Amino acid sequence: MALGDVVVAFRLTGGGVYTAVERASLRVADGEFVAIVGPTGCGKSTLLNIAAGLLAPVAGRVDIFGAPLAALNRQAGYLFQADALFPWKTALENVAIGLETAGIAASEARPYAQDWLKRVGLGDFDDRYPHMLSGGQRKRVGLAQVLIRDPKILLMDEPFGPLDAQTRQIMGNLLLDLWSADRKAVLFVTHDLEEAIALSDRVVIMSAGPAAHIIGDWQVPLKRPRDISEVKLDAAFHELHREIWHRLKAEVVKGYALTEGA
Amino acid sequence: MMPRAQLLLLQILVAIIGLVAWYVFATVPIFGVILLPPFFFSNPVDVAKQIVDWFVSGVIWKHLWVTLEESILAFVIGSLGGVGIGFWFARQPRTAAVFDPYVKMVNALPRVVLAPIFTLWLGLGIWSKVALGVTLVFFIVFFNVYQGVKEVSPTVLANARMLGMNERQLMRHVYWPSALSWMFSSLHTSVGFAVVGAVVGEYLGSAAGLGYLIQQAEGVFDVAGVFAGMFVLAAFVIVIDTVVSLIEKRLLVWRPAVGEARP
Repeated sequence: MALGDVVVAFRLTGGGVYTAVERASLRVADGEFVAIVGPTGCGKSTLLNIAAGLLAPVAGRVDIFGAPLAALNRQAGYLFQADALFPWKTALENVAIGLETAGIAASEARPYAQDWLKRVGLGDFDDRYPHMLSGGQRKRVGLAQVLIRDPKILLMDEPFGPLDAQTRQIMGNLLLDLWSADRKAVLFVTHDLEEAIALSDRVVIMSAGPAAHIIGDWQVPLKRPRDISEVKLDAAFHELHREIWHRLKAEVVKGYALTEGA
Repeated sequence: MMPRAQLLLLQILVAIIGLVAWYVFATVPIFGVILLPPFFFSNPVDVAKQIVDWFVSGVIWKHLWVTLEESILAFVIGSLGGVGIGFWFARQPRTAAVFDPYVKMVNALPRVVLAPIFTLWLGLGIWSKVALGVTLVFFIVFFNVYQGVKEVSPTVLANARMLGMNERQLMRHVYWPSALSWMFSSLHTSVGFAVVGAVVGEYLGSAAGLGYLIQQAEGVFDVAGVFAGMFVLAAFVIVIDTVVSLIEKRLLVWRPAVGEARP
């Protein structure tokens, strides 16, 4: 998957144009786990929406497995930051729907969905509605909902953002666990540098918006399989964290100055 | 919260005090004056007699049935229309924009003034009452369905598209449930208005129904009859409301009860 010189701009109400992302280029190899980190409001999510085909760039190219992306990215699964489950469907129905849309009969999709619920640790919660589940449980259902379709590319927009620190670690390990089974290409957006390093193969840093662009790209030299809480004790982890944070700090300060000043 | 039995006891006590006060003020002179003259206020005993009489003789059933029939027809037709047009307008913003001022205009009109026209067009039978009820129910359902389709969470919508839903599947799995949930949440109001339409219509000119019963009693200054009609009507609405609550509970299982939602 490759984004080439992507520019995203929005027409503002009351005239004017806001350039969210300016000439961002990014290449994610097959089976690679890439994290994008940047200050709030830098257009990280915008970049994901471009990769998903939910947004069209003003300029630049998006190539998925060598073919230019024209409409919705059918190869991608997207885990959203906000609650995206269908509140009127049970956990099981929520997971099964991704197969049903592909033309698989509900009766056939249900056993698969049940299996996926078990894999995310919610085997006994199939008949619960989203409002009866905790935030972490809803994220698990969301993960199963996306993964059951077996997408080639996984796009994740701060998926564990609203969760508490412990739940995040558990979810992170669960994600790595599921991912290691078939190594999809992952684009993982987060504002949490520690989470980014702990999970990914590569960390990409974006500048503060407007006209955000990519300002840094680091390989993560940590071995897999990893345990998130353990990997954070590694010396290499600290070394890399210090290095990236040094570069990121300036942008975070800039980002704050912009948002606070507004 | 107080225990259920105690609450029920207090609720009954309120009714008793109210009835006793009504009876006393309507029959016993206080300083030589009857505070609630029987001609205007009747008294609970006469009203109760009238109600019992209606049920014993069985005349009331016919009227209750007519009002129920009108209410149900008004509700069903108004709801179908509201869902259909609400859906259509929400999915076709241009059509909605064109019709917007007219929808607002008709909705702003106090519906009672339409009653004579409906009587003129549809006669004194049940259909003129149904029509009045429909004009009331339609707008409630219409606005709710419109809102329900419009206010689907953008994230849920984006998720649905990423999960591969086509236009038809979006309709079935996203817009439709959302619109229905909004419609059901206004079920009490719309059912209530269906009854209002039926009763007002009957009151303004008919040959049967609770509204007719009240209007007939009023015509001969039978105040006991008017009050009796009001009580029967109130009980009728409470029964319908309870049924609606039961249906609502079944249909909206997926929705958190107030105060139960998790962060």
